Amino acid sequence: MSEGHSTYTPKTGIERWFDARMPLPRLIYDSFVAYPVPRNLNYAWTFGGILSIMLVAQILTGIVLAMHYTADTNLAFGSVEKIMRDVNSGWLLRYMHSNGASFFFVAVYIHIFRGLYYGSYKAPRELLWILGCIIYLLMMATGFMGYVLPWGQMSFWGATVITGFFSAIPLVGDWIQQLLLGGFAVDNPTLNRFFALHYLLPFMIAGVVVLHIWALHVVGQSNPTGIEIKSKTDTVAFTPYATIKDAFGMIVFLFFFAYFVFYLPNYLGHPDNYIVANPLKTPAHIVPEWYFLPFYAILRAITFNVGPINSKLGGVLCMFGAIVMLFLVPWLDTSKVRSAVYRPWYKLFFWLFVADAILLGWLGSQPAEGSYVFMAQMATLVYFAFFLIALPVLGLIETPRRLPNSITEAVLEKNKGGGGHPTGATAAPETKG
Amino acid sequence: MSATDTQDPNRRDFLYVATGMAAVVGAGAFAWPFIDQMRPDASTLALASVEVDVASLTPGMSLIVKWRGKPVVVRNRTEQEMKDGEAVKLADLKDPIARNANLPADAPATDANRTTPGKEAWMVMVQVCTHLGCIPLGQEGDFGGWFCPCHGSQYDTAGRIRKGPAPENMAVPVFKFISDTKILIG
Repeated sequence: MSEGHSTYTPKTGIERWFDARMPLPRLIYDSFVAYPVPRNLNYAWTFGGILSIMLVAQILTGIVLAMHYTADTNLAFGSVEKIMRDVNSGWLLRYMHSNGASFFFVAVYIHIFRGLYYGSYKAPRELLWILGCIIYLLMMATGFMGYVLPWGQMSFWGATVITGFFSAIPLVGDWIQQLLLGGFAVDNPTLNRFFALHYLLPFMIAGVVVLHIWALHVVGQSNPTGIEIKSKTDTVAFTPYATIKDAFGMIVFLFFFAYFVFYLPNYLGHPDNYIVANPLKTPAHIVPEWYFLPFYAILRAITFNVGPINSKLGGVLCMFGAIVMLFLVPWLDTSKVRSAVYRPWYKLFFWLFVADAILLGWLGSQPAEGSYVFMAQMATLVYFAFFLIALPVLGLIETPRRLPNSITEAVLEKNKGGGGHPTGATAAPETKG
Repeated sequence: MSATDTQDPNRRDFLYVATGMAAVVGAGAFAWPFIDQMRPDASTLALASVEVDVASLTPGMSLIVKWRGKPVVVRNRTEQEMKDGEAVKLADLKDPIARNANLPADAPATDANRTTPGKEAWMVMVQVCTHLGCIPLGQEGDFGGWFCPCHGSQYDTAGRIRKGPAPENMAVPVFKFISDTKILIG
């Protein structure tokens, strides 16, 4: 559509009137109806759509919750309890919002791992990938500040620990920390500004999502083979094929979401957050929300000084470095082949990396003592080795499998290999969307 | 403009640079209040000193007072705790600086330098972990001092960091004994 080969033809007078003045119907038609998508997209590709509805759901539930919430250290905890007990349907809206944040992260992690597995970040999609990384960063900031608002024990101490990161910066660290807190410790000014920013950031996310989709529609979607679209037979129209597949993916995803909202609403939370914040008592065991646990484990793994860098600054650098790695992936991966389907060694290392990330998450939930510390140090080493050693080196030494000539050929070959279809048959309908 | 005016750099270049600089200074001046408002406000900065009555503390007892929004522990240490603190060699310390606001910034972290002369049994200390600001638990951990439940930092009986990710000894605030049983913090 960026090349201007629009196939939209306005049919009614109103459509013609709009098309001559502000061609919004044409933009929608070209982006979501006629837009060509690779015919071999699998269900891993439905998470972009799922993330879009999760963002909308979070903004909707968030706005109505803000109508009942009070950002004051004396009133915040009580106002959340009021939402749970007194506000009509308040319990449902709050559970949708708090579990919605978790499921937003479930979807974004699947989306990111899909990109890593199929090499979706490679040229010409580097900028698309980086915009995604920026969305992920904004999501983390939003999630963190949202968790502070109920003003429970985990809210308070999570905020204390995370704003403490900034005090590790040499010379200006304490000044920056006080700037963020508006005081010497987490207190009322902190809660007020976190509420204001928690309301703002989702709209910034929405803005970057528009850029993300724009960049996607310029370069086109990648696909499980990692081969670019070469002819019209490689694609199908967005509607109905992708629309229906995305819709089915959303329904299945929302089924799991609803199960948590109605049957396990506090499973992903922490009981200590139902105790009102107490600045003089740290809970016995502070853990962040589950979606931060791998990074938390990396932070705690650095217990030793390295030259002029003390353990505290080292931990903070490693934790932020773990996220910086994602931004650098397009240039760390030296392979010419995108998809792990054709990269036997990369495929192995990818799954090792997934296992390592899950291990780090588990270690982050355990106390920082004994053998857990050593395991976290090893897992941190593996995390960085994947990006800094495996990605650059594998591309140079690995012999990839033979790539099919086109997406169409890959689809036809797969159907032949799967048996059941006569040789003469073209692609079966179920592999089209 | 005549041809003779166009030598490099000409009047127009100067105007471009001057306008650009004025715009940068203006943008900075405009941005400053937005950053400045985030700093601790006057009511937060108006620190009161805290007076603590410690008459009821027998050896082995502690109390915690809130000062600047942070907990300050006052502990009357036992004989054993003092002995343990004095036995530590400076070379074994992760942070060899006393971090005592009543002493010069480079004072070594001896047990005596962590307390105040003549009152060596008394530890007065901001009980905030120097790692990421959690409140350590008293009389726990391998060194019988403080143990931070967040990330496993361990402090000895003089509040000095011995093990774990915290970089510094816990801070000793400005304080003095105004009588035998009263301490003024701040």
